[in-house]
Amino acid sequence: MKTSRRDFIQKASLFTGVFTLGFDWFSAEASAETSAMEVVTGAGRFNAFLSIDSLGKVTLFSPNPEIGQGIKTAFPVVVAEELDVDWAQVQVEQANLDTKQFERQLTGGSGALKHSWERLRKAGATVRKMMMQAAADQWKVDVEQCKTSKGFVLGPAGQKASYGSLAEAAAKLPVPSEVTFKDRKDYKLIGTRVKGVDNKNVVTGKPLFGIDIRKPGMVFAQIVRPPFGATLKSFSAEDVKKMPGILDVVSFKNKVAIVGENTYAILQARASLTCDYGSELPLENNETHANWFDEGMKSEKAQVMRKDGDFATAIASAAKVIEATYECPFISHSPMEPMNFFADVKADSVLLAGPTQVPQPAQKAVSDLLKIPVDKIQVELSKMGGGFGRRLSNDFVLEAAELSSLIKKPVLVMWTREDDMMGGTYRPAVRYRFKAGLDSNGEIIAFSLRGVGLNAGNSTRQDNFPVGAIENVLIESIDQKSTVTTGPWRAPITNFLGFAEQAFLDEVAEAAGKDPVQMRLALLEKVKTKPVGKITYEPARFEEVIKQVAEKAQWKKKPGVHQGFSVYYSHLSYVAQIAEVKVEKGKPRVTKVTAVTDCGEVINLSGAENQVKGAIIDGMGHAMFAKLNFQAGVASPQNFNAYRMIRGNEIPVIDAHFVNNGIAPTGLGEPALPPTGGSIANAIYAATKKRHYKQPFS
Amino acid sequence: MAINCTVNKKKVSLDIDPNTPLLWALRDHLSLLGTKYGCGIAQCGACTVWVNGEPMRSCVLPISAVSNAQITTIEGLDPAGKHPVQVAWDELDVPQCGYCQAGQIMTAAGLLKKNPHPTDQEIVDGMSGNICRCGTYHRIQEAVKLASKKIKK
Repeated sequence: MKTSRRDFIQKASLFTGVFTLGFDWFSAEASAETSAMEVVTGAGRFNAFLSIDSLGKVTLFSPNPEIGQGIKTAFPVVVAEELDVDWAQVQVEQANLDTKQFERQLTGGSGALKHSWERLRKAGATVRKMMMQAAADQWKVDVEQCKTSKGFVLGPAGQKASYGSLAEAAAKLPVPSEVTFKDRKDYKLIGTRVKGVDNKNVVTGKPLFGIDIRKPGMVFAQIVRPPFGATLKSFSAEDVKKMPGILDVVSFKNKVAIVGENTYAILQARASLTCDYGSELPLENNETHANWFDEGMKSEKAQVMRKDGDFATAIASAAKVIEATYECPFISHSPMEPMNFFADVKADSVLLAGPTQVPQPAQKAVSDLLKIPVDKIQVELSKMGGGFGRRLSNDFVLEAAELSSLIKKPVLVMWTREDDMMGGTYRPAVRYRFKAGLDSNGEIIAFSLRGVGLNAGNSTRQDNFPVGAIENVLIESIDQKSTVTTGPWRAPITNFLGFAEQAFLDEVAEAAGKDPVQMRLALLEKVKTKPVGKITYEPARFEEVIKQVAEKAQWKKKPGVHQGFSVYYSHLSYVAQIAEVKVEKGKPRVTKVTAVTDCGEVINLSGAENQVKGAIIDGMGHAMFAKLNFQAGVASPQNFNAYRMIRGNEIPVIDAHFVNNGIAPTGLGEPALPPTGGSIANAIYAATKKRHYKQPFS
Repeated sequence: MAINCTVNKKKVSLDIDPNTPLLWALRDHLSLLGTKYGCGIAQCGACTVWVNGEPMRSCVLPISAVSNAQITTIEGLDPAGKHPVQVAWDELDVPQCGYCQAGQIMTAAGLLKKNPHPTDQEIVDGMSGNICRCGTYHRIQEAVKLASKKIKK
């Protein structure tokens, strides 16, 4: 494998340099106590991911921001496995932004394990090998004769030495360039259930989140933002400034920031603030968006994303044509912890702290804004109270930094729930039109999709299944520009495209007189034997999850149970689902969802189940309930009283299975979401003969 | 005039605006940061604390209403994390992001205090006032059940 130089610290900076470099090796959060102990015991950071001190304490550094996806547990599990230490021996620390030591220190795209799998294994295996070499040297035996177990090296004559006792000697050895990884049948940790490393801090209410940050001299602030498309003309601040607990009212970039001593004082002051807005163009309403969809569907300026064969001729010759249009609204990310960030801007340095999925771009954006070099900007990572893509945008980081630079104080900017819902980087609203042409045998000979998005970028995934199985294909995308800000939302684009496509294929199967599962398998067979054009997925892996879910959920073998099938490939993982619906008092209720996931190697089974179940509940809740309306550039609803979130009494039983085939791990934070709307809608159709074409369903 | 009450068995005196919601008094004036803000309108339950042993939404409860009351926050439930609900939450690996869990735990512990052995339906009903955006609902319900079994011992 290719290893970046920065994955491994030069040997010279190990124990020999501990007194001069020791502090840098630890995150900025390291306490004086930790540093002192380090000096006493000669702790050594062997590489970016781990340090072992001479008492045998193993510290694993988890670089990626923790958002609830469990990366702070999963990454160290991989290192600990290859290092061969007892999990109970391990302490995990969140690393702050450190561009010298880490690559891809971000949370997004379900790409962390895909990127870091080899690096993490190598980080552990390399140090294990150094420990064995140190022991072999000491015992004057061949390193090949040594083994390891739970943080000890075992010698051929029954010798035993702890990693702690070997750490100093090991650190003086050259870093091996070649290492062998464990055979997966020997895994002791990978694939087991490992509890979240932060659980104990969570259940005792420790201050772990951005909103909990408290720094000396810090003030609080909230920011009033304009409607989308509007500019701030004037505001009345004089009375507000006189209110108790209010320190300042300042304006920047069409926003008004109220700075105060505490949250409640600011909330009170906001109620007294009046802002006058204007706009050059008419502000957007729901009707504006509907018109843009209509225009996009009629437009002749669509961008052709993919063309196979001759769609127009094929559809004209089809024995049967199926056409359907699907639409979703803008929706909010609504993490339970609303946006917030801390900034302390000084003349030539900046401290940023809080919940961001992308600390390095945050650092860069603040550097560009304030003209302060990146190496003078420190970024501390807090645990994130969810994000779902919202914290991929750094608007809230920039606001905090700009405000701190204006008031010359350390400040924690907090968004209220209403701010969070009104000032989102929303899941874009999209309308899709699908067409399929069948020949007289019910085979799909033509397939088209036009996506019209509002600030969606490419609203299609043009190389994804069933493309590759059909001779004549036309995929087009049109993006309409809106003043409403959008961004990635858990499983970007596919969170709704997955539903639309899987609901459409269900309709196509019905029109073709085919079983939906068998139709998918037959299409994949075509891809395997004679693929049409470029494909991005592996048909055999697709097939496997489909076959397994059909078996586990007893597809069409449960009399009286209405089932709906879907399968989707995203973030390099495959998820097939079968939903079950019962009709109670005339209303359909989703009672069960069975999911089979191929995400390659399952690192932490407990965390993996959490991701699948959570994504299904997320997909179901938003498919059923979520919608934002726009009136004069203002989003509503603005809080959970009217913006309905799925609750614990509305969830189905979820049966989550994994193929766990040992292939290098791929995404898991997102892939179980895209198929959810489809499996549920198709089950609702089976139960009620009513198809859903719009989200939310209710 | 100052409001006197007891928070996690300690007497406190709050000389602040009596309309201040208990949530902000805890977080901004008493530095008890475990209780979370989620919606501010008593819809999500992230701010749940006990007032005289009863789970309440601290985001809409002015401190004037808790004069002389006994308040328990997540920090006071069991600082060592040994309360059966806390233990069950860890054992079943409930948290994902963890943000709502203080409110979930205070609601669950409150439920079990009143009804130590609830039925499955009573657990679902008792917990459905609290939103978890990560969707940890299955494990929340299983953990309440597990905690109930631990209480039996």
